[in-house]
Amino acid sequence: MTFLRQALAIAGKDLRSEIRSKETVNASLSFALVILMLFSFAFDPSSDQVREIAGGLLWLVYAFAGTLILNRSFARELVNDCLDALISSPASGAQIFFGKCLANYLLLMVVECVSFPVFIIFYNARWPARWALLFLVMLLGTWGITVIGTLFSAMTVNLRLRELMLPTLVYPMLIPALMGAISLSTLLIAGEPLSADDTIWFKLLAGFDVIFTMLSLALVEIVLVG
Amino acid sequence: MRLKIILALSVLSGLILAWNLHTMFLAVPDELNQGAIFRIIYFHVPAAITSFAGFFFAMFASVGYLIKKDLRFDSVAASVTEVSFAFTTITLITGSIWGRIIWGIWWTWDYRLTSFFICWLLYVGYLMLRRAIDDPTTRARLCAVLSIFACVDVVIVWKSIEWFRTQHPGPVLSIRNGGGMAPGMEAPIWWNFLALIMLATALILIRMRQEAMQREIDSMRRYAHAF
Repeated sequence: MTFLRQALAIAGKDLRSEIRSKETVNASLSFALVILMLFSFAFDPSSDQVREIAGGLLWLVYAFAGTLILNRSFARELVNDCLDALISSPASGAQIFFGKCLANYLLLMVVECVSFPVFIIFYNARWPARWALLFLVMLLGTWGITVIGTLFSAMTVNLRLRELMLPTLVYPMLIPALMGAISLSTLLIAGEPLSADDTIWFKLLAGFDVIFTMLSLALVEIVLVG
Repeated sequence: MRLKIILALSVLSGLILAWNLHTMFLAVPDELNQGAIFRIIYFHVPAAITSFAGFFFAMFASVGYLIKKDLRFDSVAASVTEVSFAFTTITLITGSIWGRIIWGIWWTWDYRLTSFFICWLLYVGYLMLRRAIDDPTTRARLCAVLSIFACVDVVIVWKSIEWFRTQHPGPVLSIRNGGGMAPGMEAPIWWNFLALIMLATALILIRMRQEAMQREIDSMRRYAHAF
């Protein structure tokens, strides 16, 4: 319980500072809208093609917009040596990490929930009948992005090339989860039935989340403290 | 002593490779459906296995560093990863050439090819991270963590051939219950595997020597700055 309480305190602190400044969410949201707009130049937005690639478009937007949030997650602690203060506080590395994960997860989910209806409107897609299942895919996929992104944000926070290194490291790592999320989202948005073979993607997503959450919690102390 | 081992391994692997080239071009007949191009498997598969083995070895070395905090483990991990990375590149290139002849395309986004390419990208990230950090202990620490993460991805790649139906040919080696190759055709793969492992070990030993020298130079530089 103490673990969760400390983690929630960190998450609360991050969310409070974000609600007051709104700098990351605003940047991430407007970036998501810019990408959604840019896609309209890449292909004809009114065609049936959109249905076939809807999942891919959505998750690219989420992954790109997510990096903005994740990049700031630990970088914002650099001012006034806040990161050193956090590390020397009674909270363990895993608690700091988990708290930051929860805050990032919530912020990214907000960005996703706002940009999804915008996507539906822009690209004339129909609101998916099985939206609850799609929401589950979003929950699982976003947790994958958040866990990997937050850990690598902690890893790259002190590097000169922080902004360059984070996407370079995070995207290849995320591809298995993104592939699962993209396949499922495309099927669900197009309203096609899920076959038995498609459940493997759910297993992949869930397995990815569990494995990397455990691994991150085990290794984050080494990343932050040494 | 180490120099002698490097020399012996290089010479031996060179000899086996020369003998294998003789066997695969003169003794082994063309494959029934694929013709002469099938011979690329003699380099493709051993290079793939060597690179996988290397990435696993690098992960164990990284775990070793995290436990012992000895920079020698870090140089093992770095050297093995660099050499394995070269073998991954060889696998991708040879696979691409084979695909051009048999499938008619240089590249296809089937799950296994994509995963192998992801592995390649992951270790590009690893090598970039190594260059981005100046402090040796921080570099060793963070790269060790990244190596462990990347290796988990390699496992997903390894399992993918069983999980997904793909365009990539199924297992052909007898130890994986493939059994699709005649014994006479399969033997050179294992000989080539032995040769490539020896070559990789020689390269790793050379690279480790460079790392040890680099550590020595760094400590001398620190010593000089202290005065």
